[in-house]
Amino acid sequence: MNRRRLRRTSLYIPGTNPGMLANAEVYGADSVILDLEDGVPVSEKDAARILVRNALQHIPYRRAEVTVRVNALSTPFGRDDFREIIPLAPDAVRLPKCESADDVREADAMMTDLELKNGIEPGTVGIIAITESARGGRNLSEIAAASPRLIALNYGAEDYTADIGAVRTKEGRELDDIRAKVIVAARIAGVQALDSVFGDVNDLDGLYAEALRVRLLGFDGKSVIHPRQIPVVHRAFTPSDQEVGFARRVMAAFREASSRGAGVIALDGRMIDAPVVARAEKILALAEAAGCLPGER
Amino acid sequence: MQDQRIGVAGSLESCDALVMVILSGESRGMTLEIDSPSLASFGEEMKNTVMEIMETLGIPHAVIKVQDRGALDCTLRARTEAAAKRALAVPVGEKVSE
Repeated sequence: MNRRRLRRTSLYIPGTNPGMLANAEVYGADSVILDLEDGVPVSEKDAARILVRNALQHIPYRRAEVTVRVNALSTPFGRDDFREIIPLAPDAVRLPKCESADDVREADAMMTDLELKNGIEPGTVGIIAITESARGGRNLSEIAAASPRLIALNYGAEDYTADIGAVRTKEGRELDDIRAKVIVAARIAGVQALDSVFGDVNDLDGLYAEALRVRLLGFDGKSVIHPRQIPVVHRAFTPSDQEVGFARRVMAAFREASSRGAGVIALDGRMIDAPVVARAEKILALAEAAGCLPGER
Repeated sequence: MQDQRIGVAGSLESCDALVMVILSGESRGMTLEIDSPSLASFGEEMKNTVMEIMETLGIPHAVIKVQDRGALDCTLRARTEAAAKRALAVPVGEKVSE
């Protein structure tokens, strides 16, 4: 389980589609979500579970993080999903309809039991919690701290806004509140914050604007529902040349001041303190991971 | 009409296979029909895969029809298992007409 890996994009792959399951990595997403939940009709839950289990067994996924969105344990399908998927040790499960710390703890206990029974080190499979209700939104801090398996918080925009009675708009101001809650809870718990999907696959400009906005808010990545959305989100989550240039100068000034034992650093007449250095480190890490930091750090 | 338990899984989409498993309760062994564009090259492997799944599930007698549309081996495995389990889930004695 790599807690801090790059998760700019998480691509949903319907668990009913063998062609897309076979090619899940080809599209270049940082993480793929083999979906057993909302992307699968009730009549196909059994067949999708068997198909995804076989994909995990036989398709050599190597580049992307492989996660499975299981059905919630409160549904008739959740337990069977866990029983079939955990023995294959995907990188993580995405736990939908997460309303409380108990939901995470129940999943954690079942996963530990299945890992032990299958000779897998307990804690190997991570959890990405998806909050989709007002109650879940209120409990995000305790959800984020409920298990050491938890690597990221995510929310479902459609279900959440329906639950709070908001109208979905292109601007997305109805999501301001849940986005703030997700980021704050994730930062307190030391886990990643992942934004929800942008539904209009034909509006790539709108997608870019939203992805850039959520990166600037502090999100680490965004779910996508179509391969064409991947390069757009990656571009939004890649620091600009200007940001990288400033971050490099901050780090150089920091190193130079540290070598002199100087306590206070100034750059362009502006004081550089710990949060600025931390932000510069994050920018450079993101740029390096995105492959746009040739040569030096 | 003979009591039959029928399970179907998969689709005729590209990269998939539609598998039908018919359990009749008669001891007539396995009858397997495969319709595939790769029958000449991979027919034997496909047959072995289907038979392996049926053996794993403890099914000695069945009629199995596979319509392959370029499925990977793991997809054929999954569709065969799903169709067989669906057939097994039909209560014995339930009349199924086609």
